[in-house]
Amino acid sequence: MHDPPKIDRPTAMTEKNVVTAIRDALHDELASDERVVLLGEDVGARGGVFRISDGWMAEFGEQRIIDTPLAESAIVGVAIGMAVHGLLPVAEIQFADFIHPAFDQIVSEAARMRYRSNGDFGVPLVIRTPCGGGIHGALYHSQSIEAFYAHVPGVKVVMPSTPADAAGLLRSAIRDPDPVLFLEHKKTYRAVKGEVPDERIEVPIGVADVKREGTDISVITYGYETHRCLEAAQRLEEDEHVSVEVVDVRTIAPLDVETILTSVRKTSKAMVVYEDNRSFGAGAEIASTIAEEAMFDLDAPIVRIGGPDIPAMPFATPLEHFYIEPEPDHLYRRMLSLARF
Amino acid sequence: MSTRVTHTPHEALGLSAHDLVSMYRTAVTARLLDEAAFRQNRMGRAPFVVPASGHEGCQIGTAWAMRRGTDIWLPYYRDLGVVLVAGMTPYEVFLGIFSKADDPSSAGRQMPAHWGSRRLGIISGSSPIATQVPHAAGVAYAVKYRSEDAVVGCWFGEGATSEGDWHEGLNFAGVHRLPVIFVCENNHYAISVPQSKQMAVQDVAIRAEGYGFPGEVVDGNDVIACYGAMKRAHDRARAGEGPTLIECKTYRFQPHTSDDDDRGYRSREEVEEARHHDPIVQFGAYLAEHGVLDASGQDELRTEIKDAIDVDIATAWDAADPDPATALRHVFAEDA
Repeated sequence: MHDPPKIDRPTAMTEKNVVTAIRDALHDELASDERVVLLGEDVGARGGVFRISDGWMAEFGEQRIIDTPLAESAIVGVAIGMAVHGLLPVAEIQFADFIHPAFDQIVSEAARMRYRSNGDFGVPLVIRTPCGGGIHGALYHSQSIEAFYAHVPGVKVVMPSTPADAAGLLRSAIRDPDPVLFLEHKKTYRAVKGEVPDERIEVPIGVADVKREGTDISVITYGYETHRCLEAAQRLEEDEHVSVEVVDVRTIAPLDVETILTSVRKTSKAMVVYEDNRSFGAGAEIASTIAEEAMFDLDAPIVRIGGPDIPAMPFATPLEHFYIEPEPDHLYRRMLSLARF
Repeated sequence: MSTRVTHTPHEALGLSAHDLVSMYRTAVTARLLDEAAFRQNRMGRAPFVVPASGHEGCQIGTAWAMRRGTDIWLPYYRDLGVVLVAGMTPYEVFLGIFSKADDPSSAGRQMPAHWGSRRLGIISGSSPIATQVPHAAGVAYAVKYRSEDAVVGCWFGEGATSEGDWHEGLNFAGVHRLPVIFVCENNHYAISVPQSKQMAVQDVAIRAEGYGFPGEVVDGNDVIACYGAMKRAHDRARAGEGPTLIECKTYRFQPHTSDDDDRGYRSREEVEEARHHDPIVQFGAYLAEHGVLDASGQDELRTEIKDAIDVDIATAWDAADPDPATALRHVFAEDA
């Protein structure tokens, strides 16, 4: 294992979309450490349904790029076995909506192996899976699953929003000695482009990132909602001279409470935005943390914006749009009203 | 219950008289330890125990074909005999039963009989049934990938074979022809549910055909027959010929756990009849018949083991409890 390079000079950058950033980072890890293996449905000959492992079966061999039977619990369960015996498996669940059969393997096994063995065994496992909606994925290709797993001690849950974060967090996840659920929002895959360092830089798990600095309100978010929030924040600056700080938590569990609280204490107003169903979601944890820790720094009630409590996004365009935006321009309007509170 | 009685001369399997005595000693240790643990439970000193009595034939027999220090073990909670063969000591077992800080499986975090030890190559297990089966396939994949000369043993009851994870694990192992042996200890009850309501077939072993590897039924009360089946499977695995499913027909003499009462689902007559096929009694008769160890030698051995277990119980009982301050540790890796 190599240490991340120290950044003491500007590094060369290349513009990529998220899917390319993930592909390049994963390729680097496969090329540099033969303990890394990739397993999942259609990852081999097909190269993955999002083409991330295109051509890799020929390059790395069938032993390392493993087309598995169509059985999600086994994908995770087999990967756990590999992980406790010296490999660094990267398991791919084709869509997050299909991860549920593996819930027991993730929760009862991967997440508990270290604790239950008093530190004797660890599970250095990465589970990559595309999640989220807005791409006509309907009920079973749009789900947000982060809250199910963020609740479970022993598994880390990350969701990058940018190409650089995706590459850096994936490197950290593969090198992490514990299981990491690596959630890739499908809407970011090709829609979001950005500069990615050419060097193999790690983005640490458990550290949030202030994606936009501001002084009037703090918006805490993650995943594709980060981009919706940034877009609304930009227009508010231009239209209303409202200064919005956007905090991308990047890691949902363990949550970077310090960065969130620092932002909220600065602006005194907090809004939490997440795509998952509103009730019992990650946003509830963030909002309650702010309420517990920063109540007397706040000048307004915390605003919590999540998806409606319906089973994921319906297929038809107007229905899907309703899930994302129940009222026209609702993020912009809710930010503005919070700023004016 | 139909059992296929096989008489396998131990010499034909390469087992010496010394081997047989060692196997017998381990089987008797498992039985006496098991009975002592149940007494500790009834004395109020052990909140929960998982009986193994009746399973010693298949546990000692199959485990004996594995190599300590080389092979990898994925037992289930009833596998006291398997972990004794793997190298766990009776003292360590009692550290687990009394949930002491030095319990090698979990330092008192898990219920007793949830075995695990990196030192011994026993992969830590849990309570949900059959979750270790895909792990076994994954470990075996890593063994093959790394070109190691190791074989993976995976044990479970017949109830486990209804789980999706069981199917998924065997299927993966079959596809990749992995060096793994799946051992079903079929005692005909999953807690209270009889085999007839668990599956519509007589033999679990026939399912192996669906995964593209051999399955074999063996008399689980015949320790030498179990060893023979496991040895053949072990040879196959090392030769790169892939997995084997072994079904050992056996019986559990005690309730499922110390919290179970089996009188509502098994007649006393049935349990009594099963005791006539006690694997240890049968093994003892075999040893006497072949001049390996006569009845008085067996009695001496039994007394010696019992005395040692009494010492282990007393010592383990006096061992340190876990410090509550450690309860928050090992959720994630700690900095070295």
